[in-house]
Amino acid sequence: MNHYPLWKNLLIVIVLALGVFYALPNIYERSPVIQTSAIKDQPVDEALLEHISEQLKASKVTDFKLSLEKNTVISKFETVEDQLVGKEVIDNLTGYKSALNLRTYIPDWLSKAGGSAMSLGLDLMGGVYFLMEVDMKAALENKFNQIRGDTIQVLSKAKISKKSLKWKNKQLVIKFKSADLAEKAFDKLRKQITEVNFKRKVVDGMESLVGTIRSKTIDDIKFKALEQNISTIRNRVNAYGVAEPIVQKQGAERIIVQLPGVQDSSEIKDTLDSVATLEYRAVNMTDNAYSLKQSGRPAPAGYKFFEDEEGRPVLLSNRVIVSGDQLTDAMAGTNQQDGGPMVSVTLNNVGAKRMLDFTRKNVGNNMAVVYKERVVVGEEKIMVDGKEVKRKIYQEKKTVINNATINGIFSNKFQTTGLRSAKYATKLALLLRSGALAAPVEIVREKTIGPSLGKDNIEKGFKSVVVGFVVVLLFMLIYYRMFGLVANIALSFNVVLIVAVLSLLGATLTLPGIAGIVLTVGMAVDANVLIFERIKEELRLGNTAQGSIKAGYDKALSTIADANITTFIAAIVLFAFGTGPIKGFAVTLSIGILTSMFTAIMVTRAIVNAIYGNKTKLKSLSI
Amino acid sequence: MNILGNTKIDFMSKRKFALIFSVMLIVISIGSLVVRGLNFGLDFTGGTAVVVDFEKPVELNEIRHVLEEQKFKDAVVQNFGSAKSVQVRFRSVSDDESTKLRDQLKVIVESFDPNAKVGKGDFIGAQVGVELVEKGSLAILYAIIGILLYVTMRFEWRFSVGSVIALVHDVMITVGVFSLTQIEFDLTILAALLAVIGYSLNDTIVVFDRVRENFKSLRKKSAKEVFNISINQTISRTIITSLTTLLVLLALFFIGGAMIHGFAFALIVGIVVGTYSSIFVASTATLSLGITREDLMPVEKEGTNLDHIP
Repeated sequence: MNHYPLWKNLLIVIVLALGVFYALPNIYERSPVIQTSAIKDQPVDEALLEHISEQLKASKVTDFKLSLEKNTVISKFETVEDQLVGKEVIDNLTGYKSALNLRTYIPDWLSKAGGSAMSLGLDLMGGVYFLMEVDMKAALENKFNQIRGDTIQVLSKAKISKKSLKWKNKQLVIKFKSADLAEKAFDKLRKQITEVNFKRKVVDGMESLVGTIRSKTIDDIKFKALEQNISTIRNRVNAYGVAEPIVQKQGAERIIVQLPGVQDSSEIKDTLDSVATLEYRAVNMTDNAYSLKQSGRPAPAGYKFFEDEEGRPVLLSNRVIVSGDQLTDAMAGTNQQDGGPMVSVTLNNVGAKRMLDFTRKNVGNNMAVVYKERVVVGEEKIMVDGKEVKRKIYQEKKTVINNATINGIFSNKFQTTGLRSAKYATKLALLLRSGALAAPVEIVREKTIGPSLGKDNIEKGFKSVVVGFVVVLLFMLIYYRMFGLVANIALSFNVVLIVAVLSLLGATLTLPGIAGIVLTVGMAVDANVLIFERIKEELRLGNTAQGSIKAGYDKALSTIADANITTFIAAIVLFAFGTGPIKGFAVTLSIGILTSMFTAIMVTRAIVNAIYGNKTKLKSLSI
Repeated sequence: MNILGNTKIDFMSKRKFALIFSVMLIVISIGSLVVRGLNFGLDFTGGTAVVVDFEKPVELNEIRHVLEEQKFKDAVVQNFGSAKSVQVRFRSVSDDESTKLRDQLKVIVESFDPNAKVGKGDFIGAQVGVELVEKGSLAILYAIIGILLYVTMRFEWRFSVGSVIALVHDVMITVGVFSLTQIEFDLTILAALLAVIGYSLNDTIVVFDRVRENFKSLRKKSAKEVFNISINQTISRTIITSLTTLLVLLALFFIGGAMIHGFAFALIVGIVVGTYSSIFVASTATLSLGITREDLMPVEKEGTNLDHIP
């Protein structure tokens, strides 16, 4: 007799039901949509909705639906062709930016239960891919200079004279006249310059200190440079108006930027690698900027009007005290004295000296920080080769992000206190850091996938899966008859389970991912073939039908396990060492191995048991 | 239904032919790798690739000729998916240079055929390519080490050496075919090679599993006979599985589109070679290393010793 206990049958039914449920979102069609939002502060409202609707109808696009969502107009189309016409129409509206996207509309009850469709990779929906490398050398050099400056300061404060001090092969070498001086310096520096590990050595016959930068410091610099660049890039991409952009780090020095729906890479490239900077300027303390501006009179000599974040006028000196490239670090924190939020800023040597000179004469006066960035302010239409082309207008935007009173004389390190909130302090520190020239980025990989190629890839990929699958199903049915049918049911559930797991993991479906699914289908058959061939063998050896089923499954089990575990090892290695598409392939392959073992062994056994398990006088099997 | 019923083929006696055949294939592969090398794709070489769509099928040599005249000397020109699409690959150091060269290429191609559509280029820095090669080779090495350890643990070291010989054989011949055909070798092909390793092993392990089982049950047979019986017992499974996997891969190859063409091709070659090697290479290598029944049954040996203690 071949029986599965009730719990096993239940488990199988539950797993399969869950699989079907969570794979379900993927059968809803993806509709092409356009997301439209304002470039600056143009209204996004019913009137705009009405206007877009009229414009679309004028261009003979009829199958569309418009809706408002969080300052964005979502235009849903039936076909990609309509979507592209729609993009042209909407792009003609001045003051708005639009992005192409694909959206799955799934019912509420499904999304509430956590169901979601797999998102499509760039290769399937079209878009631009950038791999950007952060120039860590620049970031490290900056830090080296800062440490050098700090060291000089510590030594001169302690009145320890040195022979020479310089960086040599990533080591800070300080030479002294005597062992006594070196010893004294060692004592001071060890406590105050914590980024460096100092050792007493004799270099070129002179008593010296050799400082090696701690690996933690280097990791820290790299981490900060990367984080800062990611946040800057993310801000810019968001400002550009791309639907669902991906900005993430890859390894310790690279950033992946994926912009679905974008087709013109050159334009966005300008935005991505432009650098923001900042300036410290003196505030005019004699005139009232507001009333001056109101009266329409020009700024007093040596001063210029700036605006703060709320658009209020500020009068600042033409002279820049310290600029972004002289700022080495900015960190948000809490003020020891009043517990309020603050930002502590570190300057390099040059900046420190200028700040010292300035603050010496200006205690009690105000100093402001100006943030400069290239931003999109509008669009213009120009004629290129007789064709009208739309171009974005960029402008250097200067905003006063902070305005504070100078409370004392300072040089390389100072705090900005009295900030509104801890959140504001964090934001200010981030802006200061991104305005500092910490580490420029360089594009090391660029890839553009056209929307038609993406559509082509989906269609072909999907078609090859279906054809391959059907051919295998037919073969199994003809070769193994009843058992083939059982295997086919299991195989179908296998694909459903893979899709369900991928959807639950929030995985992105890529072309290699589809290939992985196809390959798993081919290989999933293997477990069943092993079992069925074993059953046939048992029958040939004269075993009873029921006995053959039992022996077939039992004997094939260790073979299946061994074979799958070795493939699994290969998949894990692929995952650990692969990047991007290879990782996607490895994920689907390993999920496929697990689900195929479940379906090929447990699911088929349950069905076979249900069909044959109760027949006591079973003479032959349809195999 | 049965394709193969009770086969009784003496595979092990044919191992000399198999050896000559395999050595020949490997020599050709290495020879081609030395002489022609691999047609490395953008992933590994770095540079820029641009796809140009023409309205009619074009002669690749003509395009090569035009490009060579116009300072694109090192450019690689090859078909991309169809006779109407051509991929041009050339060296470029930075993204800016890549954009500039792409614009120049556009002018050249349009003077050659005004209706040609020059696509957006893919650019990849050379350093990224070098890293990918390093990582890829490491991945294959680690996969092989992991597998060696697992098979040694579950079977015996001779089996593990036999299976590794078989999969090195498979990888070399597959890479050799890529060298001979000069089909572009990119990152997805590397992924396919790893899948081939997985598959080839899968096949080999199934045979070995049977060998281990038969060593226990068929006490009176010689090692050579045990291997022959085991391969014959598993041969129909080996062929059916390879067949179903091949069916799916053929679907991918013919319908899947240009981007997975190479991937499917690598797997097709790998699976054909892998099926052959699991029968003729892995088993013969293990047998030649002198595997005996006792190697697989250390536990039972102890048991018999105990019986003799009075």
